[in-house]
Amino acid sequence: MSKMHVKLNLNGREVEDLAEPRTLLIHFLRENLNVTGPHIGCETSHCGACTVDMNGKSVKSCTIFVAQSNGADVTTVEGLANPDGSPGVLQEMFREHHGLQCGFCTPGMITRAHRFLQECPNPTEEEVRFGMAGNLCRCTGYQNIVKAVMAAADQINSQKEAVT
Amino acid sequence: MIPSGFEYHRPENVSSAVEILKKHGDDARVIAGGHSLVPLMKLRMAEMAHLVDLQEIAELRRISFNRDNVVIGAMTTQAEIVSNGQLSSLIPILRETALLISDPQVRNMGTMGGNVAHGDPGNDMPAVMQCLDAGYTLSGPDGTRTVKARDFYESAYFTVRSDDEILTGITIPMPVMSGYAYEKQKRKIGDYAIAAAAVLIGDGKASVAFTNLSDTPVWSASASRALASGSIEQCVDCAMDAIEPQSDIRGPAEFKKHVAKVVLRRAIHKAMERTK
Ligand SMILES: Cc1cc2nc3c(=O)[nH]c(=O)nc-3n(C[C@H](O)[C@H](O)[C@H](O)COP(=O)(O)OP(=O)(O)OC[C@H]3O[C@@H](n4cnc5c(N)ncnc54)[C@H](O)[C@@H]3O)c2cc1C
Ligand code: FES
Ligand code: FES
Repeated sequence: MSKMHVKLNLNGREVEDLAEPRTLLIHFLRENLNVTGPHIGCETSHCGACTVDMNGKSVKSCTIFVAQSNGADVTTVEGLANPDGSPGVLQEMFREHHGLQCGFCTPGMITRAHRFLQECPNPTEEEVRFGMAGNLCRCTGYQNIVKAVMAAADQINSQKEAVT
Repeated sequence: MIPSGFEYHRPENVSSAVEILKKHGDDARVIAGGHSLVPLMKLRMAEMAHLVDLQEIAELRRISFNRDNVVIGAMTTQAEIVSNGQLSSLIPILRETALLISDPQVRNMGTMGGNVAHGDPGNDMPAVMQCLDAGYTLSGPDGTRTVKARDFYESAYFTVRSDDEILTGITIPMPVMSGYAYEKQKRKIGDYAIAAAAVLIGDGKASVAFTNLSDTPVWSASASRALASGSIEQCVDCAMDAIEPQSDIRGPAEFKKHVAKVVLRRAIHKAMERTK
């Protein structure tokens, strides 16, 4: 099968490469573009380790053909650091609240949490759990992930208040 | 987990999509959200030379509210069903059901058209559409036709849709009975139903349908009639005659029959409480 030109706006930058349409978005990101933040956990749409933001929505990039994503805006965990390269609020809160142990699920968790907090800026604990239900963690038991997301929500909201 | 190769198409309207399907026959298949199809293709349980992506077709994304019905465009995602306030207040069972489908990421990609067209007996929307007596509009080379959800499903993954037809929209007759419930028993978040029941009650009418308790969704006329006349026990008996669960990884058939009764009773009580 012949290859196609794939263009993405990835973390605010235009990128382009040749790929077969059947290439999964996660493989295109990791192997063609060397963007290895999003991980491959299950490759069967269950674990959420491959979560990226596509056109403003959280999606599992192991279940999307690169052809479907052609032309899309994609954000990965690499795009969530502060402009100076220091950890963003969510990353900092995951660190502070021990929201990770082995760290394998973390890029997917943080990328999902980033979008979730835009959909639901003042979440209850239950809403965090429901909103993050597509991301599995084998280490933490989730308690500290929930704490980290709640703490990030507080921080983001108080930063917003400070501005207004 | 690498699917076999295909040529990719992204047409901008229904007629060009139908044209591609007509040209390539069963070598072509449409992809909506891909969250049923991509997993099958990875397992090589589905292969095709041409994949026709419907994402660019704006006319398939509309939801229109009319006096006698609501029409949901095939490419409306499950997440859009959850977030549409007007739809949720008119037909709340849709939101209740969509929230029980998998997780946020899957609901962002999975579409209403894909969910009902696929013919997977585990999908939740088909039984709800039968319960609502919805119609599916199909567009093919010979024009457009509407098939009732209750007549659409033949067996697992087989429906009356022909290969060159696209399901463009789902028409739900209005008004909908005010008492509603979708009760789903599943092993964990993100799993398909062990058993699920959709119930609507109101104005002396009732409608009862089931997910994953046969090789198609099941709407039972006799269970619906029994419930309309006020007999819950007779409704449960009729429902048990209508379903034919198979033993599989979600449990033995006897267990599923038991769970079917439980979810049906729960759905009936919830729907009755909600009747306005
Ligand atoms: C982890 C996981 C868990 C899930 N759990 C559930 C669940 O609990 N309940 C549930 O209901 N679903 C579940 N799903 C399935 C999900 O809801 C699917 O997205 C949905 O069933 C199919 O929609 P789609 O848009 O992704 O269709 P696709 O995968 O794109 O297509 C499915 C099939 O329908 C055909 N098709 C699609 N659109 C059309 C159209 N407009 N006209 C004609 N044919 C069309 C395709 O050719 C294909 O054969 C789950 C999926 C995953 C990955
Ligand atoms: S790798 Fe995509 S969901 Fe697990
Ligand atoms: S920290 Fe190890 S899987 Fe989540």
